[in-house]
Amino acid sequence: MDLNLHLWTIPALCFSGFLLNLLFGRLWSRTAAAIVGVGVVGAAFLDALWVVSHWGSFVAPYLEIHRPWIQTGSLYIPFGFQLDQLSLVMLLIVTGVGFLIHLYSAGYMAHEGGFYRYFALLNLFMFFMLVLVLANNYLLMFIGWEGVGFASYMLIGFFFRRDSAASAGMKAFVVNRIGDFGFLLGLFLIFNHFGTFEFTRVFSQVKQLPVEAAWHWAGPLTIIALMLFVGATGKSAQIPLYVWLPDAMEGPTPVSALIHAATMVTAGVYMVCRSATIYDRAPFAGSVVLAIGALTALFAASIGLVQRDIKKVLAYSTVSQLGYMFMACGAMAYGAGVFHLMTHAFFKGLLFLGAGSVIHAMNGEQDMFRIQQMAPGGLRRYAPITFWTFVVATCAIAGIPGFSGFFSKDLILYSVLSGGNTLWWAVGTLAALLTSFYMFRAVFVTFFGEGEKSVHSAHPTGRESASVHDVAHDHETTGMAHAEGHGVPHESPLTMTLPLMILALLALGGGWVGIGDRFGHFLDPVFDTGVPRAAVSGITEGTVTLISVVMGLLGLAVAWFLYLRSKGTADKLAAAFSGLHRTLTNKYWVDEFYRAVIVVPLTAIARYILWKGVDSGLIDGVVNGVGGASQALSGGLRRQASGNLRSYASWIGAGAVLALLYVIVAGR
Amino acid sequence: MDALNHTIISWTLLLPLLGALGIVLAPSERVVRWLAAIATAATFLVSLHLPFHFDAQQGGMQFIQNLPWIQSLDIHYFVAVDGISLWLVVLTTLLTFFGVLVSWKAIHYRVKFFYALLLILETGMLGVFVGLDLMLFYTFWEVALVPMALLIGIWGHERRIYAAVKFFLYTLAGSVLMLASIIWLHTLTGSFNYLEIQRQLATGVVRLSPHAEMVLFLGFFLAFAIKVPLFPFHTWLPDAHVEAPTAGSVLLAGVLLKMGPYGMLRFNLGLFPHASERAAKVVIILALIGIIYGALVAFVQPNMKKLVAYSSVSHMGFIVLGIFSFTLLGTQGALNQMLNHGISTGGLFILVGMLYERRHTFELAEYGGLATQMPIYAAFFVVIVMSSAGLPMLNGFVGEFLIMLGAYTARHAFGAIAATGVILSAMYLLRMTKATLWGENSNPANATLADADTRERFVLAGIVLLALYMGVQSTVFTHPTEAAATQALAPFNGEENVRLRAPLADPRVSTPRFGDPAGIAARFPAHPAASAATFPSPHPDRTLAVVPRAVPVAAGGSR
Repeated sequence: MDLNLHLWTIPALCFSGFLLNLLFGRLWSRTAAAIVGVGVVGAAFLDALWVVSHWGSFVAPYLEIHRPWIQTGSLYIPFGFQLDQLSLVMLLIVTGVGFLIHLYSAGYMAHEGGFYRYFALLNLFMFFMLVLVLANNYLLMFIGWEGVGFASYMLIGFFFRRDSAASAGMKAFVVNRIGDFGFLLGLFLIFNHFGTFEFTRVFSQVKQLPVEAAWHWAGPLTIIALMLFVGATGKSAQIPLYVWLPDAMEGPTPVSALIHAATMVTAGVYMVCRSATIYDRAPFAGSVVLAIGALTALFAASIGLVQRDIKKVLAYSTVSQLGYMFMACGAMAYGAGVFHLMTHAFFKGLLFLGAGSVIHAMNGEQDMFRIQQMAPGGLRRYAPITFWTFVVATCAIAGIPGFSGFFSKDLILYSVLSGGNTLWWAVGTLAALLTSFYMFRAVFVTFFGEGEKSVHSAHPTGRESASVHDVAHDHETTGMAHAEGHGVPHESPLTMTLPLMILALLALGGGWVGIGDRFGHFLDPVFDTGVPRAAVSGITEGTVTLISVVMGLLGLAVAWFLYLRSKGTADKLAAAFSGLHRTLTNKYWVDEFYRAVIVVPLTAIARYILWKGVDSGLIDGVVNGVGGASQALSGGLRRQASGNLRSYASWIGAGAVLALLYVIVAGR
Repeated sequence: MDALNHTIISWTLLLPLLGALGIVLAPSERVVRWLAAIATAATFLVSLHLPFHFDAQQGGMQFIQNLPWIQSLDIHYFVAVDGISLWLVVLTTLLTFFGVLVSWKAIHYRVKFFYALLLILETGMLGVFVGLDLMLFYTFWEVALVPMALLIGIWGHERRIYAAVKFFLYTLAGSVLMLASIIWLHTLTGSFNYLEIQRQLATGVVRLSPHAEMVLFLGFFLAFAIKVPLFPFHTWLPDAHVEAPTAGSVLLAGVLLKMGPYGMLRFNLGLFPHASERAAKVVIILALIGIIYGALVAFVQPNMKKLVAYSSVSHMGFIVLGIFSFTLLGTQGALNQMLNHGISTGGLFILVGMLYERRHTFELAEYGGLATQMPIYAAFFVVIVMSSAGLPMLNGFVGEFLIMLGAYTARHAFGAIAATGVILSAMYLLRMTKATLWGENSNPANATLADADTRERFVLAGIVLLALYMGVQSTVFTHPTEAAATQALAPFNGEENVRLRAPLADPRVSTPRFGDPAGIAARFPAHPAASAATFPSPHPDRTLAVVPRAVPVAAGGSR
């Protein structure tokens, strides 16, 4: 096979963008920084398309092995890339959606300080993400895995002057590291059992192994699968490690769209799908993945019900949707998981970009209820493109028939049920109802307001710092005049609305590739793990679909009733169920629980027991006691000697020089 | 080239001393600084000869020079490098060069003496890594101790005398026992020559009782454990670091600490494999405690230099863990991590020192929001922090990963416990980053801080580029050490160990069984005959004058 796709050029392009903006960003203009930053990703997308154009002229998986990264003993890890159906899908999602979000960023970030830094980091993220999806072995994947975590840390904390942003970045990195701890253990186990990290070589050995018993939690493959999944809960924000993702909304909104919705957070799902051969033989691990996924889907959706911040709604929604993807993996329906991953990238990317456009229009306000008050007549009248694209995405995520999310979510729920997991199907279906409700709530609150559209009024709520662009973000205003519509809610510029419209098309039509399970069949070669998947339940797909549709429409109806038809009912309900409402608004006190049970005790132990107790008290007490005694004994001697130290040292030096000179002469 | 190969190590030892001599004679401080920079740069360039001409296929000693020194005491000037010491020599010469550069503006007081000591220190440190006559090794060991104590005691901060004395006594306590062990070994083997002693012990010419072997093991081990420093011998380190001038800290963390693991690998494992194996569990537990303990204590430090110092305790725990896992991956990881730690932690101390030069405080509470004021400095800061935190593609990851993988292969729990260090290192390093760089620059004292100047950027860029290079091209650094690491592990690869510790039969790891006479030649290709064959010396009589003697058997020596 002489075909050389030069896969390495795709991440390399993004890395070159990072380097260029890092080194020269200070010197050149914003336009140049944007052209470089967006341009390299566009080039990477074209490169990816060129690669795709060769599909069919090689036998998947296509492998490309470059020089070794780590090589010692029996360990051999090359810079090796792999292209098969799964990485192809991921490649197109990452570069395609990535490009649109880069383009959008050029408009969104136009008035921010650190413009080149933003694009440098965004390019760096793309580089690591592409390494992650193209790697041909687990350890190279781990480069990308940790690397996207680093880029995410830097971008969450992009507005680093704000303490909350810096803290959120740190939290994200540390929580991800907790997951990586599990991931590393999984890697150690893989190496111990199979002696390699390369996907093809690991999986060909796994395929020789039998399927482990369903309740055998300590089987070797089950442990590997569980450890890898710990890593996935960190990166893909599942229970119990989801806590970093809502905080990550401190970052600029396009970052939330790219990293914390469309690409990075799906890395865990990708990794589990990549390891399908292992998971298929570890049914216990599969059950855990299914249960965690379903519980996360419901749990996060329930928190999403009461959020006021539009980005927080979307954040919990992302956690919830990722739960669906894991449900699919747990039910061995990897194709459905990847399908949902793709449609989610479209509609959630769009939702975040839409939210960014709203925030842009409202000069930084993120509270949906305040936005409603600040835009008399409803924001939809000021920003129609934003509104309509947002509605398309909402329909997609809510599972309204015909929209992309409908196909993928329905497929997941059907797969779960047909696998015999009625309970988790019910949980997922309930979560779908909640999803539809909170998303349409967001639409109705954000875009529909009372009164007449005002043309030149200032902010009706009289926010004093209205002149600061993006108040909540504390954007570093650069003194450049805001291009348009200061004070009045306004539609965003074309660089922002164009990606919205393209993504809206994808969110609308992206599901149709799944008709007749064409998408699933395309991926079949990757997920053909040699383990048969038998449908257990006799229920027909039509029945499941009907229930899903009803749930989606019911959520829409309830949201319409509570937030458009009969305003005030929602508050009455909240008052009636005040305990539940408080639990939800406080996010089940999980952050507080972690703080009280882990962070505070650990810090106290480190400070009072280890440092001040063991270190300063115990060990140094002994040392100083011994030292003091000997010092007292030798005190007189020491004083005498130290007076001559200088001449002493120079004598030693001179002697050594002569000796070494002799040695060199004699050595000839 | 042959003559150069035989004297190259002596040149690297001599050049710093010549520089020191020139400095003593120099007319002005300006000349002193330039002389120091030129001498250390020259030493670095000369030392680069070693990796370029090193034969990676060969596990034994190379660039050997062996001359009688004090004939009446049978002490030789025997210097050489193998895969274990190769990169440590280069690391030393590089970091000393950086040490000169970072002291450029920081040292105003007794400048001449400072740089002279720094250069003498360099020779001492290099000598420790290349000296293979045990008395020569010991001499260099002490030579490295005195200048460092003086650097801390004269150019240190408020509590410098306490720190210097503590450092000196701690280290001295360990080295006295080492000296006793060296002398005991001489009475047993009749030689100070490392290779000769190793040969006699390994082939059974001298048989040690398990008890005697353990006592000798401990005599060496304590000196090295204090140097590492291994928990609970570490409390000199934070004090020494906080008080030391920046160059002192860089060399202390970057090079002096490495003498510990180097000694363990060379002497403890090399001479006393049985005792090493028996002690391994205890040592590994101490190393694991050090990893977690150091990280947790680092996490709560209000003083950034102490934070970095405790992080060293944690990172050095990894290295000891790798060595005592007795796996090729662990050993290779430890050798690699020694370099990585030198670069990353050296870099952290340089960063901290640059802030100290500007603000004269190490308190984290005094800083915050510096990224606004010092963006270039901040960019370097982030990369160096990430290299210390073990971000893949930077240097820290490779060594740490190999160590953890090796330790995990030896025993699952070891690797799993060590892996918690991955979480903890992110905690303390990011805490330091946040407290220094992020947030509002609200302290008026920091309002006018200057960003990194050209000299500082040069040093930091050097470190960052190295970190990246070592992280991406790790094979450049692991390849030359592999043969030596394999050879160092030969006594430990009993058949049952091979099965347990090396999952796949690796054709490159030869595993002769211990005690098998046929395997001895394979295990010790570095023994004198083999070395002479590889490096035919023009003066065969000077290479190794090994006279097998009738040796008194150690007390209770027969097994």
